[in-house]
Amino acid sequence: MEKQVFDFGINTTRRHFLSKLSLGLGSAALGSLLIPDIFKGSGESDMNDLVAGLPHFAPKAKRVIYLFQNGAPSQLDLFDYKPMLNKMHGEDLPESIRGGQRLTGMTANQAKFPLAGSVFNFKQHGKSGAWMSELLPHMASIADDLCIIKTLNTEAINHDPALTFFQTGAQVGNRPSMGSWLSYGLGSENQNLPGFCVLLSRGKGNGQGVYSKLWTNGFLDSVHQGVQFSSGENPVLYLNDPEGMDRSQRRNMLDKLSELNQGTYEDFGDPEITAKVQQYEMAFRMQTAVPEITDMSKEPESIVKMYGPECLVPGTYAANCLLARKLSEQGVRFIQLYHQGWDSHGGLPNEIKGQCMDVDQASAALITDLKQRGLLDETLVIWGGEFGRTNYCQGTLTKDNYGRDHHPRAFTVWMAGGGIKPGVVYGETDEFGYNIVKDPVHVHDFHATILNQLGLDHEKLVFKHQGRRYRLTDVAGKLVNGIIA
Amino acid sequence: MFYKYYKNVSLTQRVPEPMKKPVFLAAGILLFIGMMVASCYQKNTVKKSSSEQTVSYNFDIRPILSDKCFACHGPDAKKREAGLRLDMAESAYAKLKDGKGVAIFPGKPEQSELYKRIISIDPEYQMPTPESHLGLLSETEVGTVKKWIEQGARYEKHWAFTTPVLPKVPEVEKKEWPKNEIDYFVLQKMERAGLVPNDEADKSHLLKRVALDLTGLPPTLEMQRKFEADKSEKAYENIVSELISQKTYGEKMSVYWLDMARYADSYGYQDDEVRTQWPWRDWLINAFNKNMSYDQFLTWQIAGDMLPNASKEQVLATAFFRNHKYTEEGGVIPEEYRIEYNIDKTKTYSTGILGLTVECAQCHDHKYDPISQEDYYRLFAFFNNSKEVGYEGDVSQSKPAKNPMMSITDQEAKTLLSFINRPDTSRLIVSVMGERDTLRATHVLNRGVYDAPGKVVTASGLPSVMKFDTTKLPQNRLGLARWTTSKNNPLTARVFVNQVWQEFFGRGLVKSTGDFGMQGELPTNPALLDWLAVDFMNYNWDIKRLVKQVVTSATYRQSAKITQEKLKTDPDNIYLSRGPRYRLPAEFVRDMVLSTSGLLNPKIGGPSVKPYQPKGLWESATSGRGSLRSYQQDRGGALYRRGMYTFIKLTVPPPSMIIFDASNRDHCEIKRSKTNTPLQALVMLNDPTVLEASRVLAERLTIKSSVTEEKIKESFQRIVCRNPTEKELKLLVNYYNEEAAVFSKDKKHAHKVLNVGEFPHEAKVNENQAAALMRVINTLYNMEETITKS
Repeated sequence: MEKQVFDFGINTTRRHFLSKLSLGLGSAALGSLLIPDIFKGSGESDMNDLVAGLPHFAPKAKRVIYLFQNGAPSQLDLFDYKPMLNKMHGEDLPESIRGGQRLTGMTANQAKFPLAGSVFNFKQHGKSGAWMSELLPHMASIADDLCIIKTLNTEAINHDPALTFFQTGAQVGNRPSMGSWLSYGLGSENQNLPGFCVLLSRGKGNGQGVYSKLWTNGFLDSVHQGVQFSSGENPVLYLNDPEGMDRSQRRNMLDKLSELNQGTYEDFGDPEITAKVQQYEMAFRMQTAVPEITDMSKEPESIVKMYGPECLVPGTYAANCLLARKLSEQGVRFIQLYHQGWDSHGGLPNEIKGQCMDVDQASAALITDLKQRGLLDETLVIWGGEFGRTNYCQGTLTKDNYGRDHHPRAFTVWMAGGGIKPGVVYGETDEFGYNIVKDPVHVHDFHATILNQLGLDHEKLVFKHQGRRYRLTDVAGKLVNGIIA
Repeated sequence: MFYKYYKNVSLTQRVPEPMKKPVFLAAGILLFIGMMVASCYQKNTVKKSSSEQTVSYNFDIRPILSDKCFACHGPDAKKREAGLRLDMAESAYAKLKDGKGVAIFPGKPEQSELYKRIISIDPEYQMPTPESHLGLLSETEVGTVKKWIEQGARYEKHWAFTTPVLPKVPEVEKKEWPKNEIDYFVLQKMERAGLVPNDEADKSHLLKRVALDLTGLPPTLEMQRKFEADKSEKAYENIVSELISQKTYGEKMSVYWLDMARYADSYGYQDDEVRTQWPWRDWLINAFNKNMSYDQFLTWQIAGDMLPNASKEQVLATAFFRNHKYTEEGGVIPEEYRIEYNIDKTKTYSTGILGLTVECAQCHDHKYDPISQEDYYRLFAFFNNSKEVGYEGDVSQSKPAKNPMMSITDQEAKTLLSFINRPDTSRLIVSVMGERDTLRATHVLNRGVYDAPGKVVTASGLPSVMKFDTTKLPQNRLGLARWTTSKNNPLTARVFVNQVWQEFFGRGLVKSTGDFGMQGELPTNPALLDWLAVDFMNYNWDIKRLVKQVVTSATYRQSAKITQEKLKTDPDNIYLSRGPRYRLPAEFVRDMVLSTSGLLNPKIGGPSVKPYQPKGLWESATSGRGSLRSYQQDRGGALYRRGMYTFIKLTVPPPSMIIFDASNRDHCEIKRSKTNTPLQALVMLNDPTVLEASRVLAERLTIKSSVTEEKIKESFQRIVCRNPTEKELKLLVNYYNEEAAVFSKDKKHAHKVLNVGEFPHEAKVNENQAAALMRVINTLYNMEETITKS
């Protein structure tokens, strides 16, 4: 997308030039990458455009932390307690319940669909009496902060399209990710950090890849792209100065560069040149801000204890949860975590234990931590995968071992904070945990509701591209009023 | 107050509000200032002289109706409200279903229901309805509609669906300015708008511009000197001829076609295994270099395999349609994916070649363009007879090509297909097109879903574009190729010349390069577009000739300087009264750095390479399966290949490319965004590629000369492609001295700084001097001008 111009005089003096720059730095912070959208506005209203990025109505949440459990955790072993499955363990799933659900190629040829009851013990927790299995003791301890939705449903039955659907509202196609939509709709609150950050981790369970298209800006400007943080030397790509370049030398270089660019500007009068200088200044500031925020060494003992010792190991889920808290504290609009390894087609009881060890304590700690800081009200935290898992076994069923295939019709996701009702269990599935009997929440509805919490009307957050108006919710989406506080 | 503010800010499409441009007001056009402003909003219509008072359906009315009305009163039969269709005269003039009047009464706005509703303030009555979120028409739009109805509400066929005819070259006042026909069309518009063209760019900028545009590489020092020294009339034409005959021309032209063809080196989807489509890329470069005519170029890619006695080369060309992603995820339903690949092919054909977005019609009749769902599946049917299946096994059984495929033997690569740069003698296979023996039935898919087949349809081109005459054309891809390259096809040539225009001027004459439909932008200079298209066809679809016309025009040769006045009156340079000024595309940023430092490996074609990449990127986003689960960086010469050869793993595309807005190659793309971000700054500051290039050039120049000014001057000339000004030179010499002073304090410091990249160091170099020069050179690489074509 080409930028429109910021009205700059061609004969701007150097002082004027630099003062304009600092104005730009101070007042412009829209987009995931802090790009002032001054270049998007018309010549007339450039200053007004600096305050663009306002929501449609008063928001309840200012930002989102999405703890994506990539690979699809089994709702039947964690949240959706179905004693009927234990009773009927080994018996075939009644055809009336399956109701023509299309199957993945992995189980389509199975002669039988033996039901598999969970091997884990369930108990009710908190005032809401939410059922949770013994695998989630920490989450259970904060049950009253959670809104557990048992009736998410999706259209896709394979990982790639299902993940893409959750992230972009469409199964295929290069559509903008939810974080990009929010960056586009609301801009960034922080001038030194990207507004949409992505953090990856992996458990030991059967994994499914993640792909950068999940945090793509699609047809939106690439300033709205998610910026991947890594646990390597460079927390953000290309962030670190090379060996032997200290801050004062870098500063000196940028000053020289700015003077050279100023010369070009005097020659050509192209506002893109001044924009370029601003981007270098922002890069310089990011170089300080990002390492500060990724440095966990100053976290107090109590915090480390809360998240668990793994939070000091960069690249773990626990470390990413802690980092997510720090980023959200700094006003980062959308923090997307992915934890891989939930795709338990076989040996589920063993695999899921490891996955829960990775995520249970830190997920709960994040909620508690945000709450203690008074940030939970304005931060929407989401936990869940791209679909659920089948109530019948994939592969060989034994008394204490089974696998589960992909199940799109009903699965569990929880939300906390951000103006969502706490201590609520929403929606019901049938006694087989296969179909929804009450209050279904489609992925589009889920998206509409998230946008709503951030003060955005999902029907109005629109971008016209190649002649069509696009929305995160495409042509669907209803607010889930039952979970809104 | 706060709340009120929220309500007043509309987030619906952040496009600029209509700009009230003083120039239009000042021009004192008597008639209908409002209409002018409305057309400014479209940002592509041009000012009309006072003799052109008629409101044009195509240019003034249809954009409004399409945007505000057609969603419910357009071509989509299923979504049509009240049975009213406003995109056709007969239905718009007809009696309304409820019997109360007509939507449009030609000549009588007050008796036209449409007009009454667009001016209404009653939410129950007004159009568009508040629920549609489309927003009301602006006052000026209402005025335009009123005028149109008063003038008889005459409908016109959509401009892009009428066969172009060669327009007369217009008269201009400033007769000494034009260098070829293009300039007459451009100058006429400028003169009508009261604009004056810029002077010709100075020689160094012009050379840099044309070298980058024709080869993707900056001019070498030798070329700069030669051009500077050539004082003849034909100096510029000579350099153009030289550049266009270089093999690097084919590489440059291929990059945009690779975006369109969504070329990648892996299958996409989750495990994302390696594939070998690169022999097709070699074919593409060669096709541009030998200047294959565009009609043949298309015919081979669409249906090379179906030509009589098809050669291997012709079959290879069809790999164009097989670059789509391919799933290897266990458990998928093959047919679902086979349909998906076919949808992708249909999209690539329609967006890239016809310049239409037809995918809306995959699920329902198109809302804006006269393309029904049935039309869509008739187009889809051309690709539906391919021998491919949706799934050939998971990643553990992966092969570098999928059926149908062709093998290329050693012998063939040496003879028939000698353009293929084949590195080894292992079996080479490529996914290509190939027809089944028996025709696979194509169904209209309800809601576009693979398992909801409806009516059976046969293959046909889009009837609203041009009739597909089944008595003359076979209903297969060969027929489609003939239909596409017919001189009567109103789109093919227009779309291509527009893409070429976009390559050189940064934006097309039709800005929406991929959408020539009703919702697309209107051409800013329709006569020029048509002239270029018809002339192109008349001269045998000769691509190099077209490119030469563009770059030798006075329009192209203008300086890119922007005066404050022009910035105000024409910020987007719609009138082309200055030369193009744009940041280089991602691949060419890399090429610039490598070539100016002398590191560039000029090898053409062959398999993609894996240069330096930040650690852990592939590893952190992999399923753990497949040969691409970890990044195995190449060594030696492979580190210094042009950007277009960087290995594209679809799920984790090369980061420095993506940061500079390269296509992620996920699907057909014909226009990249041009952003300016801090991540781009970080790449230029810290990417080992840029640092190594700075180091290598610094070491070489430090050995070559002991005079600081000379070293800096040569670096500047190589990198910025002009002589530095006194001021620039002084600043850089100062910087050099400052840095040299820093390095002199600590013996090891310079050594540490120079220790970047795998390219061997110059022996016996003065490290302090080299490191100081490296800092200077790195600064030059970071200059805005360096990576800008201006």
